[in-house]
Amino acid sequence: MPGDAPPVRARGLVKRYGEILAVDDIDLTVRVGDVYGFLGPNGAGKTTTLRMALGLITPTAGAVELFGRNPMREGVRALDGVAGFVEAPRFYPYLGGRKNLELLAALDANGAAARIDEVLEIVELAPRAGHRVGGYSHGMRQRLGIAAALLRSPRLLILDEPATGLDPAGMRDMRTLIRRLAGEGITVLLSSHQLPEVQELCDRVAIVDKGRVVYEGALADLRRQGGAGYRLRTTDDERALAIVRGQRGVEAAVLSENSVGFHAEERDVGALSLALGQAGVGILSLTPELATLEDLFFRLTEDGNGASATHAGELASAGAEQPVGAS
Amino acid sequence: MSSIGAVSREPLAAPRGHFRRAATATAYRWELRKLVSQKRTYLGLGLGVILPLIFVAVQSLRQHHDHGDNIFFPQITQSGLATPVLMLLFLSVFMLPVIASLVAGDIVAAEDGNGTLKTILTRSADRGQIFAAKVLAALTYATIAVFLSAAVGTAAGVAAWGFNRIITFSGTVVSPSEGLLLVFAANACYLIPLFAVASIGVLLSTVTRNSAAAVVGTIGVTILILVIAQIPGLEGIKPYLLTEQYEAWHGLLRTPTNWAPIGHSAWVCALYAVPALVAGYLVFLRRDVAGG
Repeated sequence: MPGDAPPVRARGLVKRYGEILAVDDIDLTVRVGDVYGFLGPNGAGKTTTLRMALGLITPTAGAVELFGRNPMREGVRALDGVAGFVEAPRFYPYLGGRKNLELLAALDANGAAARIDEVLEIVELAPRAGHRVGGYSHGMRQRLGIAAALLRSPRLLILDEPATGLDPAGMRDMRTLIRRLAGEGITVLLSSHQLPEVQELCDRVAIVDKGRVVYEGALADLRRQGGAGYRLRTTDDERALAIVRGQRGVEAAVLSENSVGFHAEERDVGALSLALGQAGVGILSLTPELATLEDLFFRLTEDGNGASATHAGELASAGAEQPVGAS
Repeated sequence: MSSIGAVSREPLAAPRGHFRRAATATAYRWELRKLVSQKRTYLGLGLGVILPLIFVAVQSLRQHHDHGDNIFFPQITQSGLATPVLMLLFLSVFMLPVIASLVAGDIVAAEDGNGTLKTILTRSADRGQIFAAKVLAALTYATIAVFLSAAVGTAAGVAAWGFNRIITFSGTVVSPSEGLLLVFAANACYLIPLFAVASIGVLLSTVTRNSAAAVVGTIGVTILILVIAQIPGLEGIKPYLLTEQYEAWHGLLRTPTNWAPIGHSAWVCALYAVPALVAGYLVFLRRDVAGG
């Protein structure tokens, strides 16, 4: 039923260019209200996947549905309520910003023209709207791309590297805008390799590498599965390290920077603190350290040991072999 | 965007409504507006304007006029209406096909070059509509180029030599107003093969994704056909060559009107235009938009 269908649902998505397998059997689901991060190194297949989602390129196999509609079968009807851009947004350089939006609004035919002033205000391009886009900076074009997307009153916004090339203030403003849009109920599919941006904005992520999804799920789950790390400062770190290493359920204990780092489940940490107390070692601080998205991303996408992890279970194992935060 | 929070608090996401597809006429209007906004558009039209003016200026300065083998040559200084007929005769073989190719070869490929194809194909107009709008815009441009050239040629000729009677190919003298009508009809008739040239241009524009290659390719195709027409032993195929249809309009300047070459031209040109447009449409419909 299209009415109950998720904003994006890809199943078995494959795109092959001759010998090159750009997208290899990708499954992903973006749910209503998600701010969904689509992560991967350059060339991982992110943009190709988004192009297939928008009906710009034909999958070799599999399908993408937007709100239950397949762009390959239903054409632009499948893009009803969907907007965004892939790679850099492109406009007619010989037309002004407003003229470009007028053109796109005319092609939308859903009262979009009446929203031009509003979206130009939102992205703060109103004063430059009459100028030719050929003279716009990269950041202004990115903002015009957002304006063009908002003209469609989207329920799903697909943004491919929206902050690329922006200065720090521009990046901050872009994040603010995305947060606002998400707050208004727009589902956002955000492709990025800017990990702090994704960590700040997204609640669910898919990480792709070499055309395959190596993780899909809640960002919080990913970070938990990356291994719950702790850092312990005591009155006697040498003795504390010996006690920590002897404690059941504690792994990867190392002494560094006047503290002891280790991995353990929460219940085992309780037992450890009692053991330290009984041994007369005073606890100055015991702080949990969750893996950053950057740590997890590199663990999933770099062949540290000759192979990528293929699912979250393997990620947890990988996390157990290396102290969290040690890079 | 630093004051985003202070801007409109209207919800940006609209509830799902009834989907409305854009009208093809809207896409066509915007194709024309894009053409109007591009300098290259005026290059072809400028040629169409300046060549008749140069022709009239040069003929006005000459003391003696060659009569040549065409009935309209001796009439240059007797009737201004001879000028647009002679201009059509000169420009129809090469210059007007070149002018038509400038836009037809560019109209799809330029979107590839700018990366704007992905921008317009993710709106509410489907690929068939976009393609139709582009074809119509290319044909409109060719039409404007032909009639602009004819209008300038007529105005300049009449200004120089008067709005007088003219003698047609069959030796019939026609009144100035009838002559003007015939000039219009001849140019309209010439649009038949020119549309075929433009259709080939659109096909090449779609397939090559490169404006220069498509423009040069279209001109190359017409030159190739012209060369083929000159090869001894190929007389049998000559009536079916596109470039041979450039002269079909001559039938209108005879008494009685000879409709046979015009009818022949129509179906021969359709043999070039229809497959080109169908192929272009299918390529455009199925192509991956991977650039930009």
